[in-house]
Amino acid sequence: MAGRNRGPVPVPLEAQNRNLTQEVLDALDIKSPLQTSEDFPSIPQPEIKAALDRLASRSMVQYDTHETDQVILTKESETIVADGSHEFKVWDAVRQAGKIPIKELPKVVGADSAKVGQGNAFKNKWIKKDGDSLVLVAKEVKDTTKDILKDIQETKSLSDTKLLNDLKKRKLVTTSKVLTYTVTKGPKYAKEMPVEVTDLTADMLANGAWEMANFKPYNFNALGASQNAGTLHPLNKVRQEFRNIFFNQGFVEMPTGHYVDSGFWNFDALFVPQQHPARDMQDTFFISDPPKADKPRPDPETEAQMDAMEAGYKRLFATPEKKETKPRNYEEYWQNIKEVHQNGAFGSIGYRYPWSEDECLRLVLRTHTTAVSTWVLHRLAEDPRPARYFSIDRVFRNETVDATHLAEFHQIEGVIADFGLTLGGLMRFLEDFFSKMGIEGLRFKPAYNPYTEPSMEVFGYHVGLGKWVEIGNSGMFRPEMLEPMGLPKDLRVYGFGLSLERPTMIKYGVSNIRELLGHKVDLGFIESNAAVRLDKN
Amino acid sequence: MPTISVDKAALFAALEKEYTTEEFDELCFEFGIELDEDTSQSKKPEDLAQPPQLKIEIPANRYDMLCFEGIALNLRVFLEKQKLPKWTLTPPASGELETLTIKEETMRIRPLCSGVVLRNIKFDKARYESFIALQDKLHQNLARQRTLVSIGTHDLDMIKGPFTYEALPPEEIEFVPLNQTQMMNGKEIMEFYDKDKHLGRYLHIIRDSPVYPVIFDSHRNVLSLPPIINGNLSKITLDTKNVFIEITALDKTKVEIVNHMLVAMFGGYAESIEPINIISPHNKESREAPDLAPREMQAEVDYLNNVTGLNISPSDISNLLERMGYIVTPSGTDSKLLDVSVPITRADVLHQCDIMEDLAIAWGFNKLPRVYPNKSAAVAAPLPINKLGDIVRFEAAASGWSEVMPLILCSHDENFGWLNRKDNGGTAIKLANPKTAEYQIVRTSLLPGLLKTISSNRHHAVPIKVFEVSDIGFIDLSKERKTRNERHFAAAIMGKTSGFEQVHGLLDRMMLMLKSSFLTPEEGLKNDKLEGYWIEEVNDPTFLKGHSAAIKINIAGVHHTIGVFGILHPSVLHKFELPYPVSTLEINLEVFL
Repeated sequence: MAGRNRGPVPVPLEAQNRNLTQEVLDALDIKSPLQTSEDFPSIPQPEIKAALDRLASRSMVQYDTHETDQVILTKESETIVADGSHEFKVWDAVRQAGKIPIKELPKVVGADSAKVGQGNAFKNKWIKKDGDSLVLVAKEVKDTTKDILKDIQETKSLSDTKLLNDLKKRKLVTTSKVLTYTVTKGPKYAKEMPVEVTDLTADMLANGAWEMANFKPYNFNALGASQNAGTLHPLNKVRQEFRNIFFNQGFVEMPTGHYVDSGFWNFDALFVPQQHPARDMQDTFFISDPPKADKPRPDPETEAQMDAMEAGYKRLFATPEKKETKPRNYEEYWQNIKEVHQNGAFGSIGYRYPWSEDECLRLVLRTHTTAVSTWVLHRLAEDPRPARYFSIDRVFRNETVDATHLAEFHQIEGVIADFGLTLGGLMRFLEDFFSKMGIEGLRFKPAYNPYTEPSMEVFGYHVGLGKWVEIGNSGMFRPEMLEPMGLPKDLRVYGFGLSLERPTMIKYGVSNIRELLGHKVDLGFIESNAAVRLDKN
Repeated sequence: MPTISVDKAALFAALEKEYTTEEFDELCFEFGIELDEDTSQSKKPEDLAQPPQLKIEIPANRYDMLCFEGIALNLRVFLEKQKLPKWTLTPPASGELETLTIKEETMRIRPLCSGVVLRNIKFDKARYESFIALQDKLHQNLARQRTLVSIGTHDLDMIKGPFTYEALPPEEIEFVPLNQTQMMNGKEIMEFYDKDKHLGRYLHIIRDSPVYPVIFDSHRNVLSLPPIINGNLSKITLDTKNVFIEITALDKTKVEIVNHMLVAMFGGYAESIEPINIISPHNKESREAPDLAPREMQAEVDYLNNVTGLNISPSDISNLLERMGYIVTPSGTDSKLLDVSVPITRADVLHQCDIMEDLAIAWGFNKLPRVYPNKSAAVAAPLPINKLGDIVRFEAAASGWSEVMPLILCSHDENFGWLNRKDNGGTAIKLANPKTAEYQIVRTSLLPGLLKTISSNRHHAVPIKVFEVSDIGFIDLSKERKTRNERHFAAAIMGKTSGFEQVHGLLDRMMLMLKSSFLTPEEGLKNDKLEGYWIEEVNDPTFLKGHSAAIKINIAGVHHTIGVFGILHPSVLHKFELPYPVSTLEINLEVFL
């Protein structure tokens, strides 16, 4: 609310070098009640109101507000009051000249008066035609129009409504609302504004002055002091809400700390064929320097992070008997991926094309965080067990920038691995997941995605937009993706994802993604955006 | 996803029902395609000028729905108006198949060719246009802009087999291209179509090759110069009776998929589908094409039921899958298995999981039992670097700074030159194919984003205090992906005065929150056992001389330089169009893990 006054109103206010508050107090000393319309006719209404409010807030006066219609003369009628009505001017001209040719009349009294005045003077039987000329009928006339208007000018009112409407139609008067006040003394009336203190100070506490002090009233209609607050970015506030949902459901966060990935992890391991349009220069950012990735191999640092995060799980579900783990074989994984693309394997006929190692080792800016999910699921093959993982991080698409597309956005991704999962179970899970953001009654549409089968687009009904909107994607990862990792056939894996930006835009009515992410975002927007509670509106 | 426009009245006639837009939208939703637009509800003049069209989005792997015929057929089968037809080959009465001989030279440029003959086809305007449009859609999608596969269709009565597929130097290929009157050789064709909006983008596929692929008839008439253009001689018209289709390719699988799609979509308009004899001994690709036999697969009853959460009998499964075009019979050898015939239209079916999805679609996704199996237990954990990052973010905001989120990609200048920094060549990750100069590299510092954010908020009252906690990227050849991310914290303040003490104070506050105590440089350098941080003046061209300091830290006896803060050099302010003094701070958070 920029521009509005903050804190207590300063006193006294002087308007036009007049101390209006003191004048009101003085006037009340002599006469109560006051009528502002009579006693302060020349003071503009907002100023008199400000003075009265100032006094009323201190209970020194009380006042009632009257709203009345005021009748005001137009420019034309002001001339009439000064010079007489059009008909009077015509009559007077004829009287002075004795006889005026009709053609000459405009020259004598002016075009306007000639036109209107002639007709009215005929109607009033003041003049008549004599051939082509005008001659006098009445020797003496009473200029009623002028008298009425003059009366209005003095009283600013007219009780005859029929006449008022007639004058309005003739554009001689206009009406407007006017606020006037009847003012009486208040319980704390005094001849002068008492000395006021603006605030309670340490000194006043020390010397006891606070007991006698006359505190200036606080203006409760204004905002308090600005806080110069720091703030978190709205998009990150929504991210935090999603993180909390995931944590509450027992998800472990995935190590997404690399923007660059190889074709292997971003595409091939996900059973995305090397000729898939997503691998087009139009869709994916390829890296020119450094030129090429290594073949997949152990990554001890990231491994250590995962171990640390899953230590809690391992402790909780530890059993006396030792569990056998099967170390990962990266070369075998590589060969399996080649085989499932090129010749088919694991119950799949594959894509049957000559698979290229070079294409697989090209470096790209990751197009989805599912590349990381793939790495984490391969790790799971050492010890296949129920597991839940999530990530929220930046992904990149070589898209033409517009209101809904940026080359970067955040992907929210969840992965659930378990034995005996069903498609309906995924729907149930997503219903629960989205209900935490206040979206109920999901519908699922069959869709195509190279690494999930079945694939489902998730639709939620948006009450504000009054239609079904796509809010996410989901599916069960294909056996061609999971089995080459060494995961057992009966361990099934749900994957679901959505962008962080889209639900934020829908929720907060942002129509252009550039107003949400990137350097063009308005700092005022960041500073004033309310805390995010996805379950509330 | 490709969008196909079909005539609304014709489609509803084919489906034997007048759908409302909502009803048809619902049908599409259930089947897994998407009604993008019904032009009868449009007010655009171009839409009002033609009969109402339905614009339908098709999943990228459903090549059998890229034309009116395919959409109508699949929906009719789904709605049980008909069964999927069986496509069969009929050799000509003479028994003599048309032959196509592939010469070994084609190995140098485009080695594969397939084909088929459609006898006594009946075209009308709609069918003809659909036939052309389907080829175009196949070229765009499956054929990856004609690189992998390209189709040529010919009026068989204008040419005479046997045919040969050869590869010749461009100058030796001469013919009148489709819809032209002039004879041109291969080289001239490249020049002629260089600026052509439609064909120009395909020229690169063969332009620089010493030999161009070409198909001749027995009179050495050129049928086509794949993948660019056909000859005018064999041009198809509405009156064409017999169609010869040749399909050249780099990809063995896709060439037959394309053949199947053309036959399945348009074979129905012909009296017979006639195979051709392909002679290609050098690469062992001699055969009769196409093979229209359905692909035989097996699916496990338990798998289909378990994943969909259903519990239905093999005969129910069979009935449901028939609506998706399959023929399913219980296996003769194992009662737990089903024999599934996958029709030639369903190139997208690779695994029994695809059959399982179709079962779920036929049943209705939204009618599946929604039960979550209550057995997985899990223990949540945040990624350590994100937890650390969030602590720093909250503390920075609590100190009165506002969080911003600029982009990670930036221009080379913003990251280096504008900050008076030099690119030593081995630091920044460079993009190969950005669409604009705004995205040339992955940032190696958070400063460009912060400064750009301030610059575009110059209307905001000063001081402006912003911060970001996010990743930057570096080349790191020791890693599998040859790169690594690093989590940084950076802040910038712009005001009437430099704000140097402000960023310094923010650093102190952050170090306090991260339990690192303040040391003097002497203490820090002398005593290895004393943990804490200290600052040392540095000469850094990003900053005003004498007003920048390196931040040093001792963690467990190891010294790190984690960042720098200072007053930006006025030349930096000028580059980023910043009207007031700015001080910045940037540190690496990884050492605090």
